[in-house]
Amino acid sequence: MKGFKIIVLAKQVPDTHNVGKDAMKEDGTMNRAALPAIINPEDMNALEQALRIKDQYPETQITVLTMGLPKAAEVLQEGLYRGADKGILLTDRKLGGSDTLATSYAIAQAIKNVGDYDMVLCGRQAIDGDTAQVGPQAAEKLGIPQVTYAEEIENISESSITIRRRLESGVETVKAPFPVLITVHGSAAPCRTRNAKFYMKNKNDESKITTWGADDIKVEDDKVGKAGSPTTVKKIDAVVLQAKESKKLSDSDADIDGLIKDLLSNHILG
Amino acid sequence: MNNLFVFCETENGVVADVSLELLSKGKKLAQTLGCKLEAIAVDYNLYNIGRQIFKYGVDVIHVADDRKLAPYQTLPTQKIICDLVKQEQPQIMLFGATSIGRDLAPRVASALRCGLTADCTSLEIGDHEEKKTVKEENGEIKQIVTPYKDLLYQIRPAFGGNIIATILNLHTRPQMATVREGVMKKEVFDENYKGEIKKIDWQKSVTDLDFAVEIISRHIEKSKINLKAAPVIVAGGYGVGSKENFQLLHELAEVLGGQVGASRAAVDAGFCEHERQIGQTGVTVRPKLYIACGISGQVQHRAGMQESSIIVSINTDENAPINAIADYVVTGDVATVLPKMIKYYKANSK
Repeated sequence: MKGFKIIVLAKQVPDTHNVGKDAMKEDGTMNRAALPAIINPEDMNALEQALRIKDQYPETQITVLTMGLPKAAEVLQEGLYRGADKGILLTDRKLGGSDTLATSYAIAQAIKNVGDYDMVLCGRQAIDGDTAQVGPQAAEKLGIPQVTYAEEIENISESSITIRRRLESGVETVKAPFPVLITVHGSAAPCRTRNAKFYMKNKNDESKITTWGADDIKVEDDKVGKAGSPTTVKKIDAVVLQAKESKKLSDSDADIDGLIKDLLSNHILG
Repeated sequence: MNNLFVFCETENGVVADVSLELLSKGKKLAQTLGCKLEAIAVDYNLYNIGRQIFKYGVDVIHVADDRKLAPYQTLPTQKIICDLVKQEQPQIMLFGATSIGRDLAPRVASALRCGLTADCTSLEIGDHEEKKTVKEENGEIKQIVTPYKDLLYQIRPAFGGNIIATILNLHTRPQMATVREGVMKKEVFDENYKGEIKKIDWQKSVTDLDFAVEIISRHIEKSKINLKAAPVIVAGGYGVGSKENFQLLHELAEVLGGQVGASRAAVDAGFCEHERQIGQTGVTVRPKLYIACGISGQVQHRAGMQESSIIVSINTDENAPINAIADYVVTGDVATVLPKMIKYYKANSK
């Protein structure tokens, strides 16, 4: 048995824990350039699954694909440091402002441009939007089946892959043929750390990273960017809290005792 | 006729709560628009579906009922829905933001080339004017205004803190949105409401290839954690500090007869399980008493709890955003305050 051809989709995302309103541009899209960036956590779970298949079948070829600003090439380097074979950076002004539909179209075009593949692996969702839409939409654009919320690959053979899925209210095990797109859940194994050997080998070597623009993947202009995005942001409102008249208390015994008595006498507590 | 459609999620023929909530909201939107409310269900043993959902004001239920279609599989369901949409041309289509809805809706949207907004916290009908600046051949710059009537406002907290975005689909139909369970209220429209059941000729839409992904086993259990029904919720955020400190929340919840909830930051930090997450991407709750422990109160969290009757916030930071919507603000450390609450509840409730 030879190896598999795997494409891992990874996205550089703003660290959503510490961002304010200045992170948005006036048209309601994100000002990504201004934000601290990390690799989307669930994409790392997806990369780990790919690497495990390569552990088992060393001839497996892993290509990491990312779409974003030129800076997103960092994601690809991180992939190479962990054992991926190639990286593709899809970057073009024309792709800016794309919603999930336009993004999935561009990604599907890039995947078609890579050519032959058995599997596309990606995180379930990205932490900057939590939509979980690009995976299934890319699968649809490619005309291949999808398996969402993968938690563990239970078995893989030449003709099929058996996957345990993590659902809200349980688990499901499915068997899918190739090619297939798999979105990986955060409950799957965390990604391994950088490998010293791969790090030394790839640190100063950019030959494994290819950069593609919109023309390289033959996109139709009206299907990408703002023009290709059916959703429009009508407005962005800052949330104004309707400040309540709140009772201010300290952590003293008297105050806590008073709080509990208040709640009991108002029948909030029984 | 451009009606409003709700994808009706079922498990063994029983309609999910989130779908009933969407039908309730859908009925109101349909009345505003003056259109009908229709539902789609794809499953096996759906003979009881009318009795379950007509009372929410459903005018038509489209049913694909076959052993082969259960349990839920992405491709057959997507194909059936897409063909039905092409035939019926709905103006709006709503899905629950569940494991199934989030697997299905994007695939449907992609196949129809439609816009889709995930995890809406509010849906409204409203108008819009699109303004475009164009340069005429003679060099004159002109503004063209295109008015749109009766669009679906898809409203959701957006990335990064205190922002609410209103999203529209101007040119594509149906306008599609997903909504989490608990966000909309379940309300019976009329106990005696009677609609019509239409069988979908689903074999026309589906080929054998659509069954390529085979389900080998499936274990679904009702979650033991029922946050929605709890009268008291003791919720913890990142400020609780550790998994050990979270144990204090469990103790207080136990004493008060409530449940423990958490903010996303606490779940991400591993303080408690994901099922307890409250907020835009978790559960929405409306308890009598919400005790927020070490929760700063980002808009995504507040979206899931701000309709609680009484809110108590315990935080070392007296300027935490959540304090603005709290009825009681206790400035102090969770590890100090919670044991005192337990003590004084025991002392006063007897």
